[in-house]
Parts: sequence; structure tokens; C-alpha cells
Amino acid sequence: MIPARVRRGAAQAWSVMPPYLWLVLFLLVPFVLVFKISLADLKFGIPPYTPLTSIKDEAIQLTVHLRGYALLFTDSLYISTYISSLKMAAVTTFWCILIGYPMAYYIARSPDSVRNVLLLAVILPFWTSLLLRVYAWVGILRSDGLLNGALMAMGIIDAPLEIYRTDWAVYIGLVYAYLPFFILPAYANLVKLDTRLLDAAYDLGARPWRAFVSVTLPMSMPGIIAGAMLVFIPAVGEYVIPELLGGADTLMMGRIMWTEFFTNADWPMASAVTVIMVLLLLVPMIVFQVNQKHRYEHERGGA
Amino acid sequence: MAQGSTGGLSGLSGDAQAFVKLNSLTKVFGETVAVQSVDLTINRNEIFALLGSSGCGKSTLLRMLAGFETVSSGSIYLDGEDITELAPYERPVNMMFQSYALFPHMTVEANVGFGLKQEGVARNEIHERVYEALELVQMSPYAKRKPHQLSGGQQQRVALARSLVKRPKLLLLDEPMSALDKQIRHNTQIELVRILDQLGVTCFMVTHDQEEAMTMANRLAVMTEGQIEQVGTPQEVYAFPNSRFVAGFIGSTNLFEGVISVDEPDHIMIDSEDLQRPFYVDHGVSEPLGMTVSVSLRPEQIKVARDKPEQEHNWAHGMVSHMAWMGSYALYQIRLDSGKVVEANMPSQVLIQAEPPGVDDEVYVSWGRDSVTVLSS
Repeated sequence: MIPARVRRGAAQAWSVMPPYLWLVLFLLVPFVLVFKISLADLKFGIPPYTPLTSIKDEAIQLTVHLRGYALLFTDSLYISTYISSLKMAAVTTFWCILIGYPMAYYIARSPDSVRNVLLLAVILPFWTSLLLRVYAWVGILRSDGLLNGALMAMGIIDAPLEIYRTDWAVYIGLVYAYLPFFILPAYANLVKLDTRLLDAAYDLGARPWRAFVSVTLPMSMPGIIAGAMLVFIPAVGEYVIPELLGGADTLMMGRIMWTEFFTNADWPMASAVTVIMVLLLLVPMIVFQVNQKHRYEHERGGA
Repeated sequence: MAQGSTGGLSGLSGDAQAFVKLNSLTKVFGETVAVQSVDLTINRNEIFALLGSSGCGKSTLLRMLAGFETVSSGSIYLDGEDITELAPYERPVNMMFQSYALFPHMTVEANVGFGLKQEGVARNEIHERVYEALELVQMSPYAKRKPHQLSGGQQQRVALARSLVKRPKLLLLDEPMSALDKQIRHNTQIELVRILDQLGVTCFMVTHDQEEAMTMANRLAVMTEGQIEQVGTPQEVYAFPNSRFVAGFIGSTNLFEGVISVDEPDHIMIDSEDLQRPFYVDHGVSEPLGMTVSVSLRPEQIKVARDKPEQEHNWAHGMVSHMAWMGSYALYQIRLDSGKVVEANMPSQVLIQAEPPGVDDEVYVSWGRDSVTVLSS
């Protein structure tokens, strides 16, 4: 017989397995593979890179090539692409918060029947492929597109606006595509806000704006942070939108990776770009998480 | 405040003290009338309880006083000023919420200071007044904690401090004890009354717990279906309920249907199908002969004995169907010969001296001529 306590411990261990298994299978293993390729050198053949280890004269040789990384930190193109990607993702996140928060707030405060319709409207675009939706923006933003046509017809502008194939178009596409990813977590948070807390704030003399700033906003911070991360992280590596809407000088990581992999067939270089990007996103997130946990424990323990 | 802050200020003191005045206050939600033409007067420094079961409209009335609900018609006056149309943040009224509604992201100190900050009070004065309020409820050692680190009772104290710190003209309490354990409820009620008396705050509370209303309030009103049934001191309402509803709601009672059969200057008699002998009632009843009335007989007015009582009227024969020791008294359920079940409380002190009747024992129940209330509605 196995003691009950051990069995329960084993059951607990099993119940937390799936998420870890998921992370190991779909995050850690691919990352290790990519990391391995990033340490190889170019080679003609299949696969198009050198093996990490080889057996020669009865000795196992470990060959680590740092060409990719060396290039990353010396070629200003890569560095400015990283900076440009982070900047574009940050600006996108900023606009998603600015536009998405009031929308999430409005949905959360709507009566039940209206709320479901509005939520559906937020999710509805997902029923069409992203590629198609982004392509539709081409039709809207082009010089002879819908937007310019409408503005000129109304006499607001004389010459068409140059939006298509500029960073502006990329921003519009990014904000459009990622807005639901911000609205949904922000909504989920706002809808469970106890309205009695707002009543209490009014009761204590807070005008609506003050009540919003001192109660609603701080209490919805977790939702804002979750939504912002869901926008920022994929936006950094976005490929489709800058490719379809951006100009030749729109620098983003996704495009660089694509070029390295498919145009140059330089797998090690593409892998190095990827590894640095993942680290760039993962490290601040881990620091943030650890920090949050410490703060939480401090509050609990401070009692 | 010349009136002082003693308990027992009765409603008889006249209009001079009318501090809060509700004039035919009405609230309509779509088709339903939640509050129907309520007139109420609350005196200065008084603790007034509005008592009713859930859905009777008492919470809506409270929310109108706080300003969270608009008024469909009627008006609210506070200290001579019409506050009917004022927003909640413009009223000199503060509320202690049933759920306490403490801001979870703020410390105790910040919670209590929140209202003062909105007023633009200077920082050091806020600090001073916050600690004064926390001192009052004995919570100053917990000033730096967050609400989730406090017990239910402690949270309630903080909520009280937060609603008192702005020195409101009117304090609203929404079911103040409902979130507390039964053991600490009673002491907390007495403590709360002590604090309110000490500060001389006028207080309007809403509760469904009649014991709470009786313990805390100087005066109370019983509300049902959006209307006020009766207003008075707890003693008045308990002793002289004006309707079957109030008699049943405030304390428990035995109700008999009957017809007035004899009307003499010093007494009346009421025939009831549930009793073989008519009720003999001592005090004045204004209802005419032949009228159908209800007779309310409180359980503690009924005496249970094995022996036949000597009096001619006001007794009945029956069998004990249930008995429970409640500590200070024993609760009897007795099935009368007519089939009617009455409830009687006998003090344990009395029962211990003789051998108390048990279940299935034959007993006689009896009561005095002045111990019933005759109700016409």
C-alpha cells in the first residue's frame, strides 16, 4: 500500500502536469532547436547548416559558431530593426489601450442583452482570415482607395494622402488587428468590478471622474497589463501586416526573419535573430512576474 | 446639540426636532412601485431603523437617501435643506455599506482618508482626523493594512470609521450586522450604538433583523410592499402592533380570527373558532360589535400548566406537540383541542421548580385579560 499522503501528492503533481507539458513541448523544445541552429554555420545541403557535434578521430567535437550573433551586434541594420520593432509594438499597444479601454469599459457597463451583441462584434472579425482583412486595408488606404476617395469627394483634401506603404499604414493595420486582444482581457476585468465600490466613492464625495481615476483605473490595472502584453508581444514579431502595408523602409523583426530564412536561406542567422527577440521579450516579462509575486507576498507577509 | 444623545427619544417630541423629512417619497421601476408615497420624520441624534423583509423597498429607500437612486416623486429634506436632486457626492450623507465596499487596493488609512481627500482637506489634517476615527473604532494599529488582511469585524470597523470621518449630517447603515458571525453581532450592536451616541450622529439604518432594530434603534418603522406600516419606539411597536403584519413581523405571535360578541364599557368578548371559550379583553377596543378582528397573543404571555386554571376565561386545553429548551426559556408548541397550534414561551426559571410538561402531555394554556392585542387589519 502506498500511503494516502504520497498518493495525494502524486495526484497533485499529475494535475499540474498538462500546462508544464504544453510549455515544454511547444515552447522549450522548439526554442532549444532554434537555439541549436543559431549556433551553427551555413552549409549547402539538407539541412542547410552545420551540425553542432561531430565525431572525428574518435572524439566528439562541439563546434559553436557565433557568426549570427556577431553580425547581430555589429550590423546596425539588425540593431535598428530591433529598436524599430519594439517602438512600433509600443506605439501599437499605446493606441490599443487608448481606443480599447473605453470600448471595454462601455461594453462592461452595458445591459446584459446589449453586452453580448457588442462582444460578438469585437470577436466577429476573427471569423475572417487575418490575411484577407489586412488586404482589405490595402484597398482602403491606397492612393486611389476608399479613404482618399471619400476625403477628396468631401473636399477635405485636394491630393491623396500617402498612407499606404508607410509606417502609418502599418500602425493602422497593427492597431486594427490587435485591438480585440486588448479589449477582451480589459473587458473581463472591468465587468467584474464591484459597482458598489463606485457607489462608495461617490458617497464619500468623489465626482465621477475622480472615482474613475482612484477606483476603476487602479482596479482594472491587471486587465490593462494582460491586454497590453497580448498586444505587445505578438506585435514585435508581426510579419504579415508590415509586409502587406509597410514600405520598403519599414523595419520589423518578422520581415528580417522571413528574409533570412526564405530569401537568403540563412537558417543560423534567422535563428539568432529569433533567439535574441525571444530573450528580449521573455526577460522583462519574467522580471515583471517575479516583481509582482514579491510585492504580493510582501503584502501578505506584512500583516 | 442641546437635545443630548440619550436613547429613548420618542417620536412624540414634535416637529421641532424633525431633522430628516421624507415627503410622499415614491420610486417606480418600470411597472413596479418599489417605494410608495412614504412620509417619514427622523429626529436629530436619533437612531432610526427601517425594518422589513427583502424586497419590501427598504433598500431602494436607503439608496434614494444616499442619492444612488433618483426619486420618482416626493422630496427629501435634510436639516431644512432640500437634497432631493443632489448627486451622492454633493450630499452631507455617508453610508456604511452592507458589503462594507472597502477599496481593496488601498490601505485602511487611505480608505478612511478617501472622503477627506475628495474634500481637499490638508494632508496633515487628513492624517489627524483619520487616526482620530480609527482610534474611535479601535483600529489604529491596523492603519497600514489592506482590507483583505482584516477579519470581517475589523473590516466593519474600518467601514464605520470611513463613513464617520467626514462628520456626515446623516449616517446610513445598510444591514450593518448581516456579514458578521452571530456571536459577535450582539456586542457589536451595542458598541455601535455607544459610538453613535458619543458622536451624536443622526443615523438611519435598514435591516431585516428585528432583533437588531430593537437593540439599536430609538425608533423604528416597519415597511412592507413599499409602504410604511407602523412607526414608533421598539416598545410601542412590539406592545401595540397596528396590523397583523407588524404583529407577526416584530417578534413572533399567535394570531386568532374572531368576532366581537360582547361590548361592555370595561371589557369586550371575542368568539373564535379556535377556542371553546371567548377571549375576554380588558382594555378599550374601538371596533364595533359583530366585527371580525384578529387577536394577537405573544408566546411569552401564555402560561403552560398541567392543572386547569382557576380563571373563567382566557384558557384552553391542549397537548404538547413539540418542546425545545432555548436556554433562558422553553419553547412549547401546543395543539389545542380545536386543532390550532399555539406557541408559548415559559421561563426556564419557572419550569425548573415544577416538573415541566413534556411532549404528548396534556396541558392547559392561559393568559391574562390585558395580554392580547386586538387588530382590525
